Amino acid sequence: MSNSAKANSEPNVKKISSWHSGKQKERFKLFLIALPFLCLVFLFAYLPLYGWLYAFYYYEPPLKLSQCTFAGLHWFQYLVSNTVQVKTILNVLRNTFAISGLGILTSWVPMVFAIFLTEIKSGKVRKVIQTCTTLPNFISWVLVYSIAYALFSYNGPINNLLTSMNIIPSNINWLAQDNHTWLAMTLWGMWKGTGWGAILYMAAIAGIDQELYEAAAVDGAGRFRMIWNITLPELLPTYFVLLVLSIANFLNNGFDQYYVFQNSFNQEHIQVLDLYVYNLGIGSSSFSLATAIGILKSFVSIVLLTLANRASKCIRGSTVI
Amino acid sequence: MINVVKRRSKGDVVFNIINYTVFILITLICVYPFYYIFINTISSNDLSANGQIIFYPQQIHFSNYLRVFQLSGLGTAAIVSVLRTVIGTIAAVFGSAVLGFLFTKDMWHKKFWYRFVVLTMYFNAGLIPQFMTFRMLGLTNNFLVYVLPAIVGPFNVILVKTYIESLPPSLEEAAEIDGAGVMTVFSKIVFPLIKPIIATIAIFSAVGQWNSFSDTLIYITDSHLYTLQYILYTYINQANSLASMVKQVSGNNTAESITNAVTAITPTSIKMTVTMIVVLPILFVYPFFQKYFTKGIMIGAIKG
Repeated sequence: MSNSAKANSEPNVKKISSWHSGKQKERFKLFLIALPFLCLVFLFAYLPLYGWLYAFYYYEPPLKLSQCTFAGLHWFQYLVSNTVQVKTILNVLRNTFAISGLGILTSWVPMVFAIFLTEIKSGKVRKVIQTCTTLPNFISWVLVYSIAYALFSYNGPINNLLTSMNIIPSNINWLAQDNHTWLAMTLWGMWKGTGWGAILYMAAIAGIDQELYEAAAVDGAGRFRMIWNITLPELLPTYFVLLVLSIANFLNNGFDQYYVFQNSFNQEHIQVLDLYVYNLGIGSSSFSLATAIGILKSFVSIVLLTLANRASKCIRGSTVI
Repeated sequence: MINVVKRRSKGDVVFNIINYTVFILITLICVYPFYYIFINTISSNDLSANGQIIFYPQQIHFSNYLRVFQLSGLGTAAIVSVLRTVIGTIAAVFGSAVLGFLFTKDMWHKKFWYRFVVLTMYFNAGLIPQFMTFRMLGLTNNFLVYVLPAIVGPFNVILVKTYIESLPPSLEEAAEIDGAGVMTVFSKIVFPLIKPIIATIAIFSAVGQWNSFSDTLIYITDSHLYTLQYILYTYINQANSLASMVKQVSGNNTAESITNAVTAITPTSIKMTVTMIVVLPILFVYPFFQKYFTKGIMIGAIKG
């Protein structure tokens, strides 16, 4: 198609004729088709970075940014300026760490779920169990909250069940108390995510060479020995990748879950970083401060991601990203 | 693992009993909440509000469903939810398919633009900057805020690109030799071939659109653009608005509401009925499309 480019030896002439060649035109034409989509990516992912400027001004709506006073690092200093603010930030970080930490502590559950589900011989039963246990993954957190509200309300079935079995003396107002908030959030996360998380491991298990098990059986290995020596080592790479990713996402607990479950009773323990930024920014209109916190969070997240990637390369020999 | 252990020792039997029991319990824990809410919506509202409907429905009636759309705002919210699910999914499928396809071709600075798109998966400008940007673009209180950001999802683009790259190139090349333009190649040859991955993307996108809540929360204050998820959340949390709504719905049949405790609307019945309406589409569609979910995870996992 572009023989003219090869025929000329001088660089300048080569450039001009290759620009006019059909190939180059075609490549640019493809880019033009992609351009609208790339613009969308720019608008929604890169343009918002401009919003970081707000953290450096005393932004007061409805004034435009150019009309507001420059604040420099004031908002960043504000975060550690008075004891109340420091206490709040430490509180929020403690909540974030606690919930992320609990998440990591329970990250093995989907793997074990998959291992023991595979031990159920009947394919039909397995399929039914899988269908039922992955269902909670596809409902919104609003629905989860609605379910929690229905089940754990004062007159709800959980209270009725527990009092009739005499496990608790009288009905507990589960939703209006702050004991074990972290545990509750983790458990709801597990209810919603375990079945779905197990799918990945089920696929990995299905891919394990059957001959390994047959050889082990010949050597006299029992069920648990096979799990420990064959299944588990095959699954650990997948588990490790997911673990590294969750460390990289340590500060990102999510928003929906904590927003719907938050109320005046559990604020102390449920306000994770994302929720705090929302409450601060959109709730109290402290846009500049919330942006400053967001910037810090982004930096820490990038550092975590780089570290996690580096760690993965050292241990596994390949990076996660 | 499944077919190997042939000997049935006593330990095996015990293990199987425990394993089955545990999984039956787990399955019940996953399914019972939906069952509980459903039987409450078709049982006497009086008994339901007192928490007496636990294992089976009693005094069955369907008036909750028949009357629930008399609640102001619910019908609009339902329409908004359906519209955003349909339009948003079509947009996402279109965007990821076209862009994913273009990244498999020789495009001007393809590597750079590909990294440009994929990099966005790893950083987030933050809630407030995003809010500011959307406001500046005129997307607050605008239906397009549900659609436009969803058109290019980096993960979906990766899925499509990977899938197309796994197809034999001879098909595309044959068409190009015959003089087909690039978009003709896409629409007539590539798109029909990538239907499996498109189906996966469509389903995840539809579920995501249906379940989406925080975008309504942050960007929308016009009640005509509220989605079902948002309305449900307000119902659960605001007893006051519910009380007035109860009056509004049963106000049409005051005589009935006083005398008939079974069908009289209560805040509990509203919350539960709306919950069922919001979850029913997922419940219906899910078992049929389960295989697409599994497939999508595997393709995504291989890439990731």
